[in-house]
Amino acid sequence: MSKSMTGAEILVDALIKEGTECLFGYPGGVVIPIFDVLYKRQKEIRFILARHEQGAAHMADGYARASGKVGVCLATSGPGATNLVTGIATAHMDSIPVVFITGQVNSALIGTDAFQEANIMGITQSITKHNYLVNDVKDLPRIITEAFHIAATGRPGPVLIDLPVDVSNSTLEDYSYPTEINIRGYKPSVKGHRKQITKAAEFIANSERPVIFAGGGVVISDSYKELRELAEKINAPVTTTLMALGVFPEDHELHMGMPGMHGTKVANFGLMECDLIISIGARFDDRITGDVSKFAPNAKIIHIDIDPASVSKIIKVDVPVVGDAKSVLEELIPIVAKREKNHWNDEVAGWKKEHKMFYRTDDTDEVKPQYVVERLCANLPKDSIIATEVGQNQMWAAQYYEYTYPRQLLTSGGLGTMGFGLPAAIGAQLAFPGRTVIDIAGDGSIQMNIQELATAFVERVPVKVAILNNGYLGMVRQWQDLFWDKNYSGTCLKRQVDCPDICCSPSPTCAPYVPDFVKLAESYNVLGLRCTEADKVDETIQKAMAYDGPVVMEFIVAKEENVFPMVPAGKPINEILDVEI
Amino acid sequence: MKKHVISVLVENQFGVLGRVANLFSARAYNIDSLTVGETEDPGISRMTIVAVGDNNILEQIQKQLNKLIDVIKVRDLTGINLVEREALLVKINSHAASRAEIIQAIDIFKGNVVGIQKDSITTEIFGDSDKIEAFIEFIRPFGIKEMVRSGRIAIAR
Ligand SMILES: Cc1cc2nc3c(=O)[nH]c(=O)nc-3n(C[C@H](O)[C@H](O)[C@H](O)COP(=O)(O)OP(=O)(O)OC[C@H]3O[C@@H](n4cnc5c(N)ncnc54)[C@H](O)[C@@H]3O)c2cc1C
Ligand SMILES: Cc1ncc(C[n+]2csc(CCOP(=O)(O)OP(=O)(O)O)c2C)c(N)n1
Repeated sequence: MSKSMTGAEILVDALIKEGTECLFGYPGGVVIPIFDVLYKRQKEIRFILARHEQGAAHMADGYARASGKVGVCLATSGPGATNLVTGIATAHMDSIPVVFITGQVNSALIGTDAFQEANIMGITQSITKHNYLVNDVKDLPRIITEAFHIAATGRPGPVLIDLPVDVSNSTLEDYSYPTEINIRGYKPSVKGHRKQITKAAEFIANSERPVIFAGGGVVISDSYKELRELAEKINAPVTTTLMALGVFPEDHELHMGMPGMHGTKVANFGLMECDLIISIGARFDDRITGDVSKFAPNAKIIHIDIDPASVSKIIKVDVPVVGDAKSVLEELIPIVAKREKNHWNDEVAGWKKEHKMFYRTDDTDEVKPQYVVERLCANLPKDSIIATEVGQNQMWAAQYYEYTYPRQLLTSGGLGTMGFGLPAAIGAQLAFPGRTVIDIAGDGSIQMNIQELATAFVERVPVKVAILNNGYLGMVRQWQDLFWDKNYSGTCLKRQVDCPDICCSPSPTCAPYVPDFVKLAESYNVLGLRCTEADKVDETIQKAMAYDGPVVMEFIVAKEENVFPMVPAGKPINEILDVEI
Repeated sequence: MKKHVISVLVENQFGVLGRVANLFSARAYNIDSLTVGETEDPGISRMTIVAVGDNNILEQIQKQLNKLIDVIKVRDLTGINLVEREALLVKINSHAASRAEIIQAIDIFKGNVVGIQKDSITTEIFGDSDKIEAFIEFIRPFGIKEMVRSGRIAIAR
């Protein structure tokens, strides 16, 4: 059945047909026609007004990461669109399906430096999977269907639709939402090549010391059950990247932990010493390989990935298998020979005993940030969702929280976007109103999108924020501490103009921290709690959990605590710095 | 470093050229020449790209090209049996004494004279790149006032 509709009506109708529950965004002149329709159809689609377009973008992203559905975000032209850019790039780097819709100036004015015009097509070309400028209202239904399809399939990613205001206002006489999609330039291969899968099975049969290297692709393809089945059948130790934490139970005897710069020694030794890496949906990021020329010197590599461009991009691969991880594993598992545990498993088990994650508790009276994360894990329900900001807080959240489900940890891995966590947590909470959602934050990052506390309050989204306040841009300070003679340049957040020129340590006479996070929270109608002592940590968390609404917990933590283990950038991953005892 | 001839079938749509060119520049890869034109299907254009450089990077670029939604097919024509052609337009310095020699050369190269002035001759030459190069080398001593090469078009035999 077709009917007459304006571009704006078509857009909203199509979003509803695509199953969009929440639309995150911010208004402006050229999108008023769309907002007018949203107003009329608010029973069918919930609009969430963020306080900054970047916040809206991360909310849509967090919603998508937590639920596996496509997130949707709307902004106006010009500054609205450019404010999305960091959010789009964040989603792009981590392969997150989000459809971004931007208003655009009247078609007739495009390219004339019109009021609030930005060439968002050009700007986002390299940070979207695809983008569209809608020239004619008759193309709009097709473009929206394609955008959702492209965002969600193959290697997922953000798709942007740029919608000029005249297209929003013009009428299409015979609108009906397309049910078929045919894009001749886009046919992602799902099924792996049979010959390659057989070859992979042979390589596994011939391996003495195999390792499974699981990445975000396992989350995306929803293949964590198959992953476990394969691992147990061939008794291969498993390492999961930051993007894959939770896909393999952390208490499983085959689990080695996270690899890479701040990964476990066990995982890094495992990768360096193995004779076969079975990579499943991981892209050999430089945070993981360290010095590529020295990475896994004796290993053959099987690489299962849906994106041919990921394969042999960084590391020469022996058996490329292009396809969806779930489909490939389903074919691989039955033909792979069962492998019994051998000396390799003993060796890995030995490392596991010897190199447990460790932080000192005897070198300061301050609360240790790692301890806060451990206590969060102990106190929060098992199915809680954890978003993080970026920096040390993120790494401690990765190291000291135990993840048991895929999609449990939401973190900006590829772009490393400070300010991601709070809005992402809000997005996730909207997808799962019944679960506990927490943002583990640094005092620097949280200030990048702190305005979204307003959104949390007004939308009654009860996210909890745990700020690990160390007074520094901690991760950068750590590099300065270890590699730049402790020149804490531009990293002290307590620093004021009257501080001494040279200062490389905090003291009791430092000026008080600005802002006062508790008062700030209160000004947003959000509960603020401050904790300065280790034995109040549990109490603080429980208070926050008991409160029916958003909460900011500020933990004043050890100021100069560093994240260990650490592989210095560019070093081989078995050259590891660790805590001095 | 090898010269690659890549044929890319794309949707005949605005913005495609920019997307393709961007992939090359993102990897700091220089395009020697690029031609675009319609194919037998007016909805589809063919780009012929000639680029020189590291094989691995180029392989990566081809994979990236394949990922572009507007790209329908990518084919590396390097090393296969193909026909390639290029057109040249050039304005050559000439005066009474040299004119005959230049026109003779144009004849040998099966070109056409398309313009003649007191002090110059303008000609068109068509052929494979070797032929174009050879012609340019021959006339260079006379002095080239202005010159333009079309870039290569290529197709498998
Ligand atoms: C401060 C900081 C420190 C970091 N330190 C570390 C560290 O120590 N260790 C670490 O691991 N990371 C670390 N990271 C994260 C790192 O930068 C990368 O984001 C991360 O390692 C990439 O994970 P991944 O390989 O799983 O790839 P992802 O980015 O998750 O990519 C997924 C891969 O799976 C493929 N794929 C998608 N869908 C499918 C499918 N259906 N089937 C098969 N394949 C599919 C994609 O093509 C892609 O190749 C750090 C980040 C920051 C900001
Ligand atoms: C938007 C953005 N700007 C800069 C950086 C570089 N950077 C990475 S970690 C970090 C420090 C983060 O400090 P904070 O949020 O206080 O967390 P901590 O490391 O102290 O836990 C910075 C500045 C970044 N990742 N993102």
